[in-house]
Amino acid sequence: MILAWLILIPMAAGLVATTAGARRPLLSRWVALAAMAVDLAIAVGLWANSGQPVRFEAAWIPAIGASFSLYLDGLSLLLVLLTSVMGLLAVLASWRGIAHRVGLFHFYLLGLLAGVMGIFLARDLLLFYAFWEVMLVPLYFLIAIWGGPRRARASIKLFLFTQLGGLFMLLAILGLYFVHGQVDGDYTFNYDRLLNTPMAESTAFALMLGFFAAFAVKLPAVPVHTWLTDAHEQSPISGGVDLTGLVIKVGAYGLLRYVVGLFPEAALGHFATFAMVLGVVGILYGGVLAFSQSDLKRLVAYSSISHMGFVLLGVFAWNTLALQGVVMLLLASGIATGSLFILIGMIHDRTGQRNLAQLGGLWDMLPRTGGLFLFFALAAMGLPMLMGFVGEILVLVGTFGVSPTFAILATGGLIVSVIYALWVVQAVFQGPRAAKLSAPVRDVSPREWAMLGATVVITVWLGLFPMCVLCTSAPALRSIQKTAPANPLPTGSVRAELRVQQGGQP
Amino acid sequence: MSGHDLLPLLPLIALAGGAVVVLVALTIRRSHALVFALTLVTLATAMGMLFVAARFGGYPNALLTVDCTALYFIGLILGASFVVAMLSQGYLRRQSARPEEFYILLLLATLGAGVLVASTHFASFFLGLEILSVSLYSLVAYRRSRRALEAGVKYLVLAGTSSAFLLLGMAFIYSQTGTMELGRLSLHFDGAVHLVMFAGLALVMVAVGFKLALVPFHLWTPDVYQGAPAPVSAFIATVSKGAVLALLLRYAGALDLFSNHAVMVMFAVLAILSMFTGNLLAVRQNNVKRLLAYSSISHLGYLLVALIAGGPRATVAVGFYLGAYFVTTLGAFGVVTVLSTADSDADSLTLYRGLFYRRPALAAVLTVMLLSLGGIPLTAGFVGKFLVLRAGAGAGAALWALSIVLVVSSVIGLYYYLRVIVVMCAQHPHEKTSLIPAPQGDVPRGAVTGPVAPAAAIALTVLTAGLIFLGVWPGPLIDLIAQLM
Repeated sequence: MILAWLILIPMAAGLVATTAGARRPLLSRWVALAAMAVDLAIAVGLWANSGQPVRFEAAWIPAIGASFSLYLDGLSLLLVLLTSVMGLLAVLASWRGIAHRVGLFHFYLLGLLAGVMGIFLARDLLLFYAFWEVMLVPLYFLIAIWGGPRRARASIKLFLFTQLGGLFMLLAILGLYFVHGQVDGDYTFNYDRLLNTPMAESTAFALMLGFFAAFAVKLPAVPVHTWLTDAHEQSPISGGVDLTGLVIKVGAYGLLRYVVGLFPEAALGHFATFAMVLGVVGILYGGVLAFSQSDLKRLVAYSSISHMGFVLLGVFAWNTLALQGVVMLLLASGIATGSLFILIGMIHDRTGQRNLAQLGGLWDMLPRTGGLFLFFALAAMGLPMLMGFVGEILVLVGTFGVSPTFAILATGGLIVSVIYALWVVQAVFQGPRAAKLSAPVRDVSPREWAMLGATVVITVWLGLFPMCVLCTSAPALRSIQKTAPANPLPTGSVRAELRVQQGGQP
Repeated sequence: MSGHDLLPLLPLIALAGGAVVVLVALTIRRSHALVFALTLVTLATAMGMLFVAARFGGYPNALLTVDCTALYFIGLILGASFVVAMLSQGYLRRQSARPEEFYILLLLATLGAGVLVASTHFASFFLGLEILSVSLYSLVAYRRSRRALEAGVKYLVLAGTSSAFLLLGMAFIYSQTGTMELGRLSLHFDGAVHLVMFAGLALVMVAVGFKLALVPFHLWTPDVYQGAPAPVSAFIATVSKGAVLALLLRYAGALDLFSNHAVMVMFAVLAILSMFTGNLLAVRQNNVKRLLAYSSISHLGYLLVALIAGGPRATVAVGFYLGAYFVTTLGAFGVVTVLSTADSDADSLTLYRGLFYRRPALAAVLTVMLLSLGGIPLTAGFVGKFLVLRAGAGAGAALWALSIVLVVSSVIGLYYYLRVIVVMCAQHPHEKTSLIPAPQGDVPRGAVTGPVAPAAAIALTVLTAGLIFLGVWPGPLIDLIAQLM
């Protein structure tokens, strides 16, 4: 039941916020904040009690075999934690920024968060698809109503890309439903019963491609990434709410649980090589294009694409280290990108600019903002002792055992990310002052300190002590890997780490 | 025919009696409120009679059969007419000088549709079709503006032609089989089909295709929907199509029509053409009623996919999808009705610009209806589309091609539904984007700004609530349909 509360609390709070917000906008903000704080508390409580996976089952449409089943293991728990933290940041970041139709904004924001929670918790394929769409509609409205000047085009593009992928996934879900039903006589959408359904190789490949289409669009993998850059750019700027950052994590989660989890032989054969190529292309292309951007938000969007390239590479390398790295990278990218967005919002509030050509020399007026921006640029780039480094190094070491070539090419991405990270800090904060500040200007307000301070602490703590995260995700990843043969492991001193993790394959 | 035989026919008798009562009431005293109340009472009585017929239902005679399938669809039709009547009340009060005859024609059209759903014989098929069509000729031209008269004459000529085709087709089939009863035709479908028989079937399908607005018999649809009063467009889109589809569902199943390869290919081509043409033609539309007309063409294409699949899953899918489609279409046209003025209907897209800020409740209703038409979960439209895909996916390799076409054309469809929503969210009158048509003047002309008529408000609220309820908790309705059919 506790799992159902994780989803129901944001939904109920959304309804309260929209009815209260018409007359008292401040009330709707507090309701939203309270809802996300309660969700975070529940998630932390579940983490403290971690051990066995938690389940919840209720009947939904028995006539077609769909049930309302929820399931929380280590992987889902970490992503639920990430979502509640990012949700809290989103509510705090928009506190002063969104002034128009506040109740409705929080309705959509909480609906989006409920949808994302549902995706991470769903154990029934039809329920998963329903939450996929529930996540999409509020995101569309958030950008279409509160977004930037070209929001109409960006929001429609976001919707159509995701929907096309989602509909191919629906066809694949139906295909799996029928294949399983014809073998077993048991027509069901339940994930546990659909695991390991025997089927022909070509059928498995076709179904896997259907799922892959949806998650590749959401990730986003390189040829279908254009929706993200537009959506990121046209996201509501005041306050800097990282909306798209909330949703791209579901792509990686889907790849782990559904693409490789349900169809291991089809996904890990020759297709894995193709997917790893896409990953490497994403890393390098995202990095190079980030460097060439003049708009701060597009730059962060491309750096997101670059991180997700690492994730794609790690998932299809499919050994313990790489998968642990993927989980760490998801958390790191979410926190770092979210914080960078908040900082871009802060810069925009104070200067009215987010174009690099019109910014510069802000350090002497905004030293603390500059310091924080430098910190998160380094975190995004993967500086050791910070969270991002742990993720990237695990992915690279894991990939090296499978394919040294890809690992070497991916390491090139690390160099590119250093270049654009330092470049952006220099362009915004150093050099001659190009921006006009609306005086008097406050460096970092207490609310902003609260948000960014928390994320700084998380980034440093998980960078120095990543084992608490890695131990939580290890059993979950191990059980997913049980359905699929592991790729060969790297040799050498890394074996010691494997034994320590207790998650390694013998 | 004993009294006992009349019991299953009570819903239809109630409708006919109600129409006569309203006619007589008109001669005594001409009052819009009285006629409106009598119409609602008639429709409610007919719905109540459905339960009586359910207990005593059966086969009253060779012309009509009132079994569970017929009762379900008659129930849907009666509900749709009830909603159309409620939506029309406020509309007619603003628009027409003599609104009372509208309700009589509405009741007669509903009667025709009911006869069509329950028919088992060519004679009752034709009779029901003609009662429905003739009532619609006058309803379409009711406003007597140039556009409405043009639409009415267009509909008259084309429907008359399709009725002629229907009669010739029936004659050919009779000449080959010697029987006019629809149930007896199955004997003549296995093995090679005689050319005359096939020609007869094709001619009957022309008439059916016209009424269902399938491509290439769809050319009348956008013009008639645009010219007719908005509630009448709602009626044509729902009741008129639904009745013919129910008939097709019953006999496609009973005659095992789609086991004949040529027939299946013919219908598959019609379905693919309808899905693509309907969605592609709607993409550039700036007129909301024409947009909804094209979208209804594509929705009938989706329904045909389920029909072709066949089997018990397909029957459930068609029953549920039709119900969801009724609710959605009535809701969308309902919003258009409420926004219309005495001079003209609210069909231009520029009138909807910024509707979200001017009239948020109506914009919210239209948004939910459009999302349901697009097939987004948590709405009944998604469950319907999912059931159709399920029927298609489980029926063999040939249907997979149709399912993929359905998926791709759904995404095309989403584009124009989203475009309307974007227009409603547009904030400034002169916002520059190529997606939104440029407005003429500062304030949108012609949109009604006063309060919504209570009957229409109740109808729209019930429709929206029902749509979301069916989207989240479709189980009971699916079980009911599976039981009835």
